[in-house]
Amino acid sequence: MSADHGHGGGRRHPGLAEGLSLSEPALRLLAMEELLVEKGVIGGDDVRRVMDVIAARSPADGARVVARAWTDPAFKLRLLEDPRAALAEVGYPVASGAVLSVVENTEAVHHLVVCTLCSCYPTSLLGPPPDWYKSFAYRSRAVADPRGVMREFGLEVDEAVEVRVVDSAADLRYMVLPRRPEGTEGMAEEDLVALVTRDSLVGVGAPNPPAAES
Amino acid sequence: MGGAPGEDPIDRSEHRLMEWERRTGALVDVLREKRLINTDELRRGIEAIPADEYRRLGYYERWSSSLEALLVEKELLTTQEIGRRATVVGERWG
Amino acid sequence: MARFRPGDRVRVLPNVVDTHHRTPAYVKGRVGRVHALSGSFHDPEDRAYGGSGLPKRELYLVGFGMRSLWGRRYRGGQKDRLLVDIYEQWLEPAGQPIEGQVDDER
Repeated sequence: MSADHGHGGGRRHPGLAEGLSLSEPALRLLAMEELLVEKGVIGGDDVRRVMDVIAARSPADGARVVARAWTDPAFKLRLLEDPRAALAEVGYPVASGAVLSVVENTEAVHHLVVCTLCSCYPTSLLGPPPDWYKSFAYRSRAVADPRGVMREFGLEVDEAVEVRVVDSAADLRYMVLPRRPEGTEGMAEEDLVALVTRDSLVGVGAPNPPAAES
Repeated sequence: MGGAPGEDPIDRSEHRLMEWERRTGALVDVLREKRLINTDELRRGIEAIPADEYRRLGYYERWSSSLEALLVEKELLTTQEIGRRATVVGERWG
Repeated sequence: MARFRPGDRVRVLPNVVDTHHRTPAYVKGRVGRVHALSGSFHDPEDRAYGGSGLPKRELYLVGFGMRSLWGRRYRGGQKDRLLVDIYEQWLEPAGQPIEGQVDDER
């Protein structure tokens, strides 16, 4: 099909690659989008515009927020008290609707986030959730055996630490504020950003340790 | 789902979202912005998928199924026209 | 006005309903303690059917002891807890624990 012909015009192949056949639900989704545009229910550019917005979000945004909280105690307090306002301060307007809540890991408490009913995730800040977050295994096991789950991810939480699993069943979306790694005293905010992993923002991992001095 | 018995290891591999999956997420956001659907309706639609089908479908396939049910319920589209167009879309990208 | 305050013992209604709601099955009928007030939100049980979701409903982050939820199956510390957001219409006061009985929410 030529690029200027009909609905396919200029579009990327909707699958991963040419020749990869799409499932019936995928075809029906693409059909719905076309029909909604043709009927004027949505604009022709609406979906692409929102795709670009979504594509711009990533765990790196969460990492920047965490590094700021590690280096600015007053910001950290505001982040825990009123995440929406704190995020707006650093240039992340969180979409209306879902409310972001930030839970802080300390020496005594470790948080792990799951959504057992669906797959709620702080998408407005971190981008779409990873596949495992949406899996049946994670959603069923995280609430009943969080320590076993974390161990599978390579995170051993001391028995003396209280594990708090947060099931985001309703209208809040939770992000973990992980503990600042040992040996990072004196590191600049922009260098700390690189240590914050996506998994540490969900609670299945810890931030990376600082690179050894060379 | 929560606490359902099972010791299945968690598959930690990740796939890059396909173009149509990213379109699905965006389309749902657009319809939410326009207040034509809301998150709770979408969740209801996903929960209405029969258990065996729910397990068989991928994440965004469930969204597609729920969204279709909602758009038909709200009389924005019909099952028939979606089916006809899906055939055309399939032939185009085949 | 929120009916419960942080620290209140609450029981999740055991109701089995076919209509859409956000209360996970594994906490139904269980006793926990209000951890925090999460705010008030449009009622998802109404919004799911195209309703306005008004009046807004209070949402609570309720804590449950892992041991009380899963018993001896639970592999982890005594203090480990589960926190879940639950709407007010799904909660009732649980009163104080009876002396000598295992405190449900620990």
